[in-house]
Amino acid sequence: MADIAATPSRTIGGLATARRGGPNGRGWHWTDIFTYVYLAFGVALMFLPVVWLVLSSFKTQAGLQEFPPTLLPLGQVQVEVQGFDEPLPLFEVTFEDGTVRQMAQIRRIGIMSQMVDPENPEERIQVSIDDREPIREFRVAWENYTKPLETFNFLTYLNNSVIVTAAATLITLLINSMAAYGLAIYEFRGRNAVMLFVIGTLMIPITIILVPTYLVVTQLGMVNTLWAVIIPGCATPTGVFLLRQYMLTIPRDLIEAARMDKASEWQIYWRIVLPLSLPAIAVLAIFSVMWRWNDFLWPLIVLNRSEVYTLQIGLNAFQGELNVQWHFVLAMTVVALIPVTVVFAFLQRFITTGIASSGMK
Amino acid sequence: MASTDIAPPEPVTLTDRAKAVAAIPARVVFAILEIPFRFVQRIFGIGAMPYFFILPNMVFFGLFVIIPLFINFAFSVTGGTNLFLTDRPYVGLEQYEYLAACANHFDPTTCREDRFWRGIYNTVVFVTFQVSLMVLFSLITALILNRDIRYRGFYRAAFFFPVLLSPVVVALIWKWILLRDGVLNAGLVGLGLDRILFFVDPQWAMFWAIFVSIWANMGFYTLILLAGLQAIPPDLYEAAEMDGTKPERVFWRITLPLLWPNMLVVIVLALIKSVQVFDEVFVLTGGGPGTATQFIVQYIYTTGFASQVQNFGLASAASVVLGVVLFVLTLLQLAVVRRRDQG
Repeated sequence: MADIAATPSRTIGGLATARRGGPNGRGWHWTDIFTYVYLAFGVALMFLPVVWLVLSSFKTQAGLQEFPPTLLPLGQVQVEVQGFDEPLPLFEVTFEDGTVRQMAQIRRIGIMSQMVDPENPEERIQVSIDDREPIREFRVAWENYTKPLETFNFLTYLNNSVIVTAAATLITLLINSMAAYGLAIYEFRGRNAVMLFVIGTLMIPITIILVPTYLVVTQLGMVNTLWAVIIPGCATPTGVFLLRQYMLTIPRDLIEAARMDKASEWQIYWRIVLPLSLPAIAVLAIFSVMWRWNDFLWPLIVLNRSEVYTLQIGLNAFQGELNVQWHFVLAMTVVALIPVTVVFAFLQRFITTGIASSGMK
Repeated sequence: MASTDIAPPEPVTLTDRAKAVAAIPARVVFAILEIPFRFVQRIFGIGAMPYFFILPNMVFFGLFVIIPLFINFAFSVTGGTNLFLTDRPYVGLEQYEYLAACANHFDPTTCREDRFWRGIYNTVVFVTFQVSLMVLFSLITALILNRDIRYRGFYRAAFFFPVLLSPVVVALIWKWILLRDGVLNAGLVGLGLDRILFFVDPQWAMFWAIFVSIWANMGFYTLILLAGLQAIPPDLYEAAEMDGTKPERVFWRITLPLLWPNMLVVIVLALIKSVQVFDEVFVLTGGGPGTATQFIVQYIYTTGFASQVQNFGLASAASVVLGVVLFVLTLLQLAVVRRRDQG
């Protein structure tokens, strides 16, 4: 009777309900095997694409063009040969008699390639390109990372993204917490109307008001400035709602006591209520950083000049070019991925409980 | 002596000190803002304070949400290519008629604005498959994560990780895998199969658009469902175990009914987000090949902002249509959430 969870049952029901059992000394059931296979496959599916991106981002331009691709970043060995200004790529050449020698390639003409022995620069021979294999070594192409930051505008994009994320998050936290405080602490005429209004704006995503918001932003003279991205999204209904619900739990006696001590309303707000609301404010701060760092459609519309591009818009423009320079695109994608991954690594538990409890993202 | 007792403790650890230092700019800002607020309180009294606290947020709401919502209608009933409303001639319902004009509404090629209808059809296909498959896989994943497994935190984090990535990053990760010379084609060739040009074949492009968007968003819904599963009281399962109830019966009679309110919330949330699909797919396929993965939001973006002639009126009319759809979905959401929180 008690072993019901370990009793084999050839239906999905066993999988769906067996909360106990499995590797805890009750023996293995097929659903346990399915569980671990599913989890292993899931983890691979979620992480391997990202791992592949990171590995690829360290390959040289030539390495990226190889098909089939190599797993690790490899670069062809280059040797200095007397009499040549540039270093030459090294190959392993198989001769008709079966001997194998290391030769450097001078140039390739059609299907033949002109080779030279690095030890003996006088000796030059022609071999078919099918008879030679490139000699490769592990080589990390750091220039994929340094070059876009130096010669292209990526440092500007990175800078713009940081400014937008930081400024927007600070403004969001300030005005949302003020509104939440007003709505949570006071009884005033029209409070329910305002709450309804806040919930109502939850229903209006930016996708349905693109044109008129663009007009407002144009009228305010903000197009092609970072303000156009920072300001419109600051009054988040999600944030007001989240903070208000949290502030409702703060005991009223505390506020009454502060009023007795002649504290002004502003002082009560920032010296008492805000410090007590820090957990909710932290959740909103994480959300806001994620929203702003990853924002795409709205910046795409209001930022049309390369100096004001954010990282996301810059990446999109770069990958949309006719000849995509994948070695740079991949490296910059990794750069765009780093902050979010760091936030995730340290605050994962915090984020997941925040989402699970609020049902919002 | 008494004063030393109530003095706040000095910061001891390094992080405490770092926090104290980080709080200094915030303190300065709040101290400066205190001056106008103290002044306002002295003049208008305490009863007026809530209005001043909510004012900045409401101004932002008004400027960037409410006013635009009304101007949207104004745009949709005026013509021309001018952005400023005073320069736009009134055309009545012409934009809507233009969008709706079709010889046969089930065949986008017979429509005057075929890209709009193509966008609608593509969105319907996308939403149908994306939402149903994503909810299904989220449910399976949540059920599995709810089992008594080792390292549950790690697995939960693994499924959640892509949710945090930006749509551009998600799209580029997969584009790099799916290219003509990408690693997936290398695998196909290695298995002796032919290469597939995923972004040239309309059906493959739609498949990957759906796949990538599920990959990127599934963790979020899994998390909500997992929270719902963990809220089911364990006594119910214990009682069922005592009675010797078959596991599949437990699933259909206990797990699913108790999870159903959360399932509904997840379905509606996923619908609302799926109808507005743009970012990932736009970067992944650019709407192509042709218009095979062009969705309704991309139609609005292209018509209003990315064409040679910016047709704001038509874009607004399409926005209103999308807005009506989302409004209906949101009413559904409110009803569903209310029922969950009451029951």
